[in-house]
Amino acid sequence: MIEITEETSRTKSLVLKRPDWPGGYRSGQHVDVRLTAEDGYVAERSYSIGSAPEDEHLVLTVERLDDGEVSPYLVDVLQPGDELELRGPIGGYFLWEEALGGPLVLLAGGSGVVPLRSMIRHWAATSRAVEVRLLYSVRRLSEVIYRDELMGYGELDHVDVAFALTREWPDDWQGHRGRVDEALLGQVAGPPSGMPRVYICGPNGFVEAAAGWLVQLGHDPSRIRTERFGPTGT
Amino acid sequence: MSPVSRGFLGRRRPVADPARLPPGQYLETGFPVLSAGPTPHTPLEEWSFLISGEVDEPVSWPWKDFLELPAEDITTDIHCVTKWSKFDTHWKGVPVDTLLGRVHTEAAYLTAWSDGGYTTNLAVEDVTDGKAWVAYQYDGEPLHPEHGGPARLLVPHLYFWKSAKWVRGLTLTVDDEPGFWERYGYNNHGDPWLEQRYQGD
Repeated sequence: MIEITEETSRTKSLVLKRPDWPGGYRSGQHVDVRLTAEDGYVAERSYSIGSAPEDEHLVLTVERLDDGEVSPYLVDVLQPGDELELRGPIGGYFLWEEALGGPLVLLAGGSGVVPLRSMIRHWAATSRAVEVRLLYSVRRLSEVIYRDELMGYGELDHVDVAFALTREWPDDWQGHRGRVDEALLGQVAGPPSGMPRVYICGPNGFVEAAAGWLVQLGHDPSRIRTERFGPTGT
Repeated sequence: MSPVSRGFLGRRRPVADPARLPPGQYLETGFPVLSAGPTPHTPLEEWSFLISGEVDEPVSWPWKDFLELPAEDITTDIHCVTKWSKFDTHWKGVPVDTLLGRVHTEAAYLTAWSDGGYTTNLAVEDVTDGKAWVAYQYDGEPLHPEHGGPARLLVPHLYFWKSAKWVRGLTLTVDDEPGFWERYGYNNHGDPWLEQRYQGD
């Protein structure tokens, strides 16, 4: 690991030397991280890649789960200079690259923004003529990952970044207040006739609701790709 | 041999019966949901289950008839390629043996296909002799759409992506034809005890 940057109080980006993967990687893919204790005990989890294929380094952005086994180590213990065992890149479906075109609609819930940030960075590096719209649902501003970068995209053409703050918002907040709803999704995705390519990543409840609404609004289910995390408790 | 991760002790949760946990897996008590697209919601009056492909005569059952087929209660451990395993899950479903018993076929493979376009490929020998079911109840309740309802394939001895959600049919094939995840870098067979997660494992 080269360096670690704090994104929020619970989330850090691990900046890693780029592994020597033949063919590199694509935006939306993930890696398996394997930790090994001195006695040989092993724990493995999957993490999305947050950097774009064009970036010099590989970035994994990890949220600390308090009852987790791997994420507390990655966020609190791992130091620059430490080695990290990775396997990847993994996944061939939840990915976007220039050839797939757009309009590109990215819907993020919480730390689900990580693979979508890879996509928007890839977009910024390659195909800025494609329309891209990102909607990021998060509890409060202090939990926004990649905040400066995402807000900075507002300066570019063909891109729109919107935030929905679901729990707390500043008094002068201009963005959406409360949970994402069907009307907001309809605005972000545009009409079904626009044939957007939609990528949704986040906790299952967010993904299920967002994907369901888009289908109800008439969007083609085969153009909606989802990645879900978190147990349902059922 | 993996290098030791400096300072990693692990947060080892006591597993009552560690021999039931395949390599690289951890025990989950919730029931995570994973799927590649929106959840389909096919009305039951439009639902049917079809056995087709390399068979003498295709056969299909509407929902009501499907429920009349002899079903079994199943208690089994399940293993997801994303590393979680869940012990002692309770299902009710129709054995694939019963469904394939209604046709004559020499085919050695099949493709399970689902509402929403998902497919997965299996060897016939991996779904016969009491190794697979088409399940429509979980924990005594109708199977929730997020978990694959109204019915999903249940092949608990393989990673759970083989247990196709929203399954609508089995197409028998002479050749082994890779399904959805099998074309996107996952292992063709998916035995959790051999840790066959990805292509090349």
